[in-house]
Amino acid sequence: MARVLINLPARAKRGELIEIKTLIAHPMETGYRLGPTGGAIPRDIINRFTCTYNGEEVFRAELFPAIAANPFITFFTVATESGEIVFSWTDDHGNTQTEVRQITVE
Amino acid sequence: MDEAIRALVGAATVKRGKVKLELPPIVENGNTVPLTVTVDSPMSETDYVTGIHIFNEKNPQPYVVAFDLGPRAGKAAVSTRMRLADSQQVVAIARLNDGSFWSDSADVIVTLAACAEG
Repeated sequence: MARVLINLPARAKRGELIEIKTLIAHPMETGYRLGPTGGAIPRDIINRFTCTYNGEEVFRAELFPAIAANPFITFFTVATESGEIVFSWTDDHGNTQTEVRQITVE
Repeated sequence: MDEAIRALVGAATVKRGKVKLELPPIVENGNTVPLTVTVDSPMSETDYVTGIHIFNEKNPQPYVVAFDLGPRAGKAAVSTRMRLADSQQVVAIARLNDGSFWSDSADVIVTLAACAEG
């Protein structure tokens, strides 16, 4: 399990615009670098990131090798109701890491 | 880069404006270059940005990232960090829900390139 940093407000007013910052530890191996034996290091990147708010998808990103290691993504959403915000990252091997954060909307 | 953009937009014309791509003009380390894209849009149910796409000119692959947004985003602004293999032009294209495309570009000078060993 890779280390994840997620920054979002714990509580917000209804209808408030909130900024969400996410970062996941991942080498984002491009497939173009050469390893110690001279062969190319196989590509291994996170290619998909999604964010759902109480089950509704609010943001999605498709990543390519040109994204730097430890992909950092920030975006905005509207705080509509209390509940959970789920973040998931999927890599080239099909492994998905999911993180859940709670938000209180008053 | 032109082919990749053409594959995205199809026959539509890409107009300049509405989109603002912010990149540092001189980059010391091409391995991690912060960039921010904001699109001038009310993000209402009837007028919103459906996607933001970033392209580059000289990396081995032209596509950098594709973001999917909707009216739930509230504000069409995203930022991330990219790799740059050389001094080049970076293009951001936004697709609106009415099917129109808007773009902005930025020229970047890179002093230490990413993928220098490859």
